Amino acid sequence: MKILTGNDLKTGDVTWWTGEGWSRHVEEAVDVGEHGEEIAARENALRHVVAPYVIDGARTEEGIRPAHIKERIRALGPTVRLDLSLKPADPAAGNWVI
Amino acid sequence: MYKYDSYDQQMVDARVADFRDQVRRRLDGSISEEQFRPLRLMNGLYLQLHAYMLRVAVPYGTLSSAQMKMLGDIADKYDRGYGHFTTRQNIQYNWIKLEDAPDILADLASVEMHAIQTSGNCIRNTTSDQYAGAIADEVVDPRPYAELIRQWSTFHPEFSFLPRKFKMAVIASDTDRAAMRLHDIGIQIVKNAAGELGAAFYVGGGMGRTPMVAPCINEFVPIDQMITYSEACLRVYNRHGRRDNKYKARIKILVHELGKDEYTRQVEAEFAHLLTQGIEPPLAELERIKVQFADPAFATGLVDTLDRSDPDFALWVDNNTHTHRIPGYVVVTISLKPVGGIPGDASADQIRLMGDLAKDYSFDELRVTHAQNIVLPHVQKAELYALWQKLDAAGLGTANLDKIGDIIACPGLDYCSLANARSIPVAQKISQRFAAREQEIGELKLKISGCINACGHHHAGHIGILGVDRKGVENYQLLLGGSEGADTSLGTITGPGFDENGIVDAVEKATDVYLANKEGEERFLDTYRRIGMAPFKEAIYG
Repeated sequence: MKILTGNDLKTGDVTWWTGEGWSRHVEEAVDVGEHGEEIAARENALRHVVAPYVIDGARTEEGIRPAHIKERIRALGPTVRLDLSLKPADPAAGNWVI
Repeated sequence: MYKYDSYDQQMVDARVADFRDQVRRRLDGSISEEQFRPLRLMNGLYLQLHAYMLRVAVPYGTLSSAQMKMLGDIADKYDRGYGHFTTRQNIQYNWIKLEDAPDILADLASVEMHAIQTSGNCIRNTTSDQYAGAIADEVVDPRPYAELIRQWSTFHPEFSFLPRKFKMAVIASDTDRAAMRLHDIGIQIVKNAAGELGAAFYVGGGMGRTPMVAPCINEFVPIDQMITYSEACLRVYNRHGRRDNKYKARIKILVHELGKDEYTRQVEAEFAHLLTQGIEPPLAELERIKVQFADPAFATGLVDTLDRSDPDFALWVDNNTHTHRIPGYVVVTISLKPVGGIPGDASADQIRLMGDLAKDYSFDELRVTHAQNIVLPHVQKAELYALWQKLDAAGLGTANLDKIGDIIACPGLDYCSLANARSIPVAQKISQRFAAREQEIGELKLKISGCINACGHHHAGHIGILGVDRKGVENYQLLLGGSEGADTSLGTITGPGFDENGIVDAVEKATDVYLANKEGEERFLDTYRRIGMAPFKEAIYG
């Protein structure tokens, strides 16, 4: 699947396109198919997102998984500071990245 | 320490006002990201892996107590309670909101700080010896010369859009503590036989994907021509640097392709021309700056001995203090490398505490080191035990300076959008693996980069580690034999890379070879240079 991601213009937070808007949570991302560039251009112009781009991902039993480790770290947060990640209560959250 | 005059303050305040307006226009849609990006980068604001990252300049690594405490307050007020000290003697915040950035710059300006020259293709923040003004082996305090370079380079109209970024370092002793020869321009302040001060120019060094050790192109430029000579070096680079290819745009490539002799010939010709133009700042300005770096009011007749009866304190003294040029004082290095910690990170509370301790114990002064530690340059021996107790209670008493646990590591793939692999987890595992053996191993400088840009100085590590991306999987190459000191050398890759656990095992095998072959007081680097790569490769891959 193709996933659209970027950062929130004001906060810089990592965001994922849900089909209706942007979410901090990758599990809410949708397959944008061939429309990623078109959505990115529109959302960029509306200043809903900064520096959007399309990545590869897959729908797995654990949810949506970006193909590359860099995007998985973006989705979770720094593996060395899980207290600052999106899953601060899960000490094994870093395993998902690797 | 240098204090801003009204011109300095006006420039910084005006820059804050400019940036506030630029952010406003970006948020209301008046300018696009394409237009805004170079503006935010000129103010040290990057868009990184998780958020905006702000890099704050610490000129030649020198800070006052009030500045350090402001850095701690910013970490709490605008970030997530910590900061990361970098190999450019700066500090970075990883979780900045764009809408907060102008207020942060205003807070910084209130203590004579900014984020100028921390990004972009300009002359970056100049670095220096972290022990400047405190150590006996320097011919003169190099900081006034670094400050002069700061004033010359900031907003220099000719050098604001160079082919690539440009890094300068200034030292004044033969013991290079600033990796001087791995800079675009490294300057060593020297004295000639007549006792006159001059500047030795080393040009064309650097790390990154094409590491090079800078050759000396002029052994003695009279000190009152240092800026003119720097201008000549930059002007030749600006004229011929490869703007067509980002990967060949650094001055090291130009010096290499032209050859040292031809590059030097062109610099000397430009220098001769510039000498007729009267661009050198008047000596009165240098004297004005020097006054601000006058010695603090050192006490005399102090006790020059220490009570070493507490073994933990004695170990810390042996590892983390250096002899001061004034009897009764020592230079203290606070390690930001606790066992299993994140190299260079400090909490807001720790940052503020170090600021307070500088005021109480070190004449209101601190230094950031390129090895991501903090220095209190002037501490009375009689007060050292009390200082250590306060540091230790705050998790800042680790006794490991220049040991294998004192690792330089870039933020890596945990934070950096350029990285290919994580650096910090590898540093943490090595730190934990060797915690009980690091005193036995002795001096061993280990440096880790998460990509070929080499922000973690892996080329210059006695042991270097480079993280690469191998089909989406982190892989780590091992290098041996690098050094960034007076004996600067570049490390050599041992062979095929390893996974995250394998690289830690490989480092242990390398240290085992060292300990088995060590003669006398040899450091790891000395033994490697004597016996060569072969025994290490055999142990690691055999």
